Amino acid sequence: MAELKAELKVVEGSYAVAHAVKTCHPDVIAAYPITPQTHIAENLSQFNADGELGNCEYITVESEFSALSTLIGASATGARTYASTASQGLALMHEALFNAAGMRLPIVMTVANRALSAPLSIWNDQQDSIAQRDAGWIQLYAEDPQEAADMTPQAYKISEDRDVMTPAMICLDGFILTHVYEPVALLEEELTDEFLPPFNPEHILDPKNPETFGAFADPSIYTEFRYMQELGMREALKKIDPVAEEFREIYGRYYGGLLDEYRLDDAEIVLVAMGSIIGTIKDVIDEVRRDGIKAGLLKIRSFRPFPLDAVRKALKNAGIIVTLDKNISIGKCEGALCTEIKAALYNTKLDTPVVGYMLGHGGRDIPKEIIKKIIDEAKKSMKDGITIESTYADLKEEFV
Amino acid sequence: MRLCIGGIVEPGTTLANKTGGWRSFKPEYHYERCTKCGLCELLCPESCVTRGDEGYYEIDYDYCKGCGICAHECPTGTIEMVLEVK
Repeated sequence: MAELKAELKVVEGSYAVAHAVKTCHPDVIAAYPITPQTHIAENLSQFNADGELGNCEYITVESEFSALSTLIGASATGARTYASTASQGLALMHEALFNAAGMRLPIVMTVANRALSAPLSIWNDQQDSIAQRDAGWIQLYAEDPQEAADMTPQAYKISEDRDVMTPAMICLDGFILTHVYEPVALLEEELTDEFLPPFNPEHILDPKNPETFGAFADPSIYTEFRYMQELGMREALKKIDPVAEEFREIYGRYYGGLLDEYRLDDAEIVLVAMGSIIGTIKDVIDEVRRDGIKAGLLKIRSFRPFPLDAVRKALKNAGIIVTLDKNISIGKCEGALCTEIKAALYNTKLDTPVVGYMLGHGGRDIPKEIIKKIIDEAKKSMKDGITIESTYADLKEEFV
Repeated sequence: MRLCIGGIVEPGTTLANKTGGWRSFKPEYHYERCTKCGLCELLCPESCVTRGDEGYYEIDYDYCKGCGICAHECPTGTIEMVLEVK
């Protein structure tokens, strides 16, 4: 992390996010409380009750489907909009997610990542947001509360760019990041005002100049609308790095743009992951490096748009690549990062083995020992060849 | 033609989509039985029944999909659904 200009305050992760949202001056917030996102909605509701959100309309809705549908209408009128949700709530939004993206409405939403039912689990993994991969939303993954807070104005700036006009999810691990108390530099309103211009879309719903959003498209034009969404994502891909740089200039903090690297330059064993697990991995890398194991980390910050070229470049010198996933595609027995990283390397000259590990599902703790074990196995595989493509790292086989 | 992102269009563009082409049965009036009660106009889900000059009702075949609700609900059997011939 770059030098901090701001004063640090010990707050809960959810407060840091809600506070960051406040400095972005949203015009309409609609959120339905769901564990572990509740504190974000509560804090914003409190700000609203205390008159700290200005003219913001905080709409209490009866479901997540209504929350996002409300914001679709609000965003189309030119309002800056915000939602937060998790797990079943995000699943309930599924249909509306595609509408928001298809109508090119730059809604920003924090997802407090949580496992999906059944069986019922309120604890963290990333199955919920990964399951919405193809909804057409930008997906950014934060490592800690500070990053999740700082991503908020960045997400607005990227999403609301006229060449992008694509909604964004900021994903942070539920409980691990939403409920942790740690020192955070709360975003200064003056700096956000300097960093984030007002939302000024080209088209708005206006009775004086009526327009229809998301109109009917027959087979002769549907493909082109979908392709234009892809073009919007490509523009986002170009803008995530410069926006992170602009953020660094104004606030003095930086976490990488599309991705970040840790001790990657000479790394033979490269771990690829996203979210709160990054901190644990960094600690383990420091430890194994003291034993002479050249391990490094590639942190994916932007999962959609997927930074294909940057990933290929970052992985070109790896001896073995290990992906760590808090999600599974059942029936493929691998997580999304594993699939994406393997696909990224195909059609290149690289023939680097990729091993996928899934762990930390449904809130299971990820102790350093597991990461160490994974690195040890990778070291062996690098010498003797891989024996598995993808597996659970923390499965209790005696229960099955 | 350039498309606008988000499927954003000017109002009234659906007028160009003549949904009458979907029809396989066509409602036809036998006005000698008609009491001008107006149920057909009231119940048409496409609002394509309108009242004409003499109080008799007419159908806009550009948008009538041939659902048959008007014929089904007509209390005097004025409306007959006949096979669309093209």
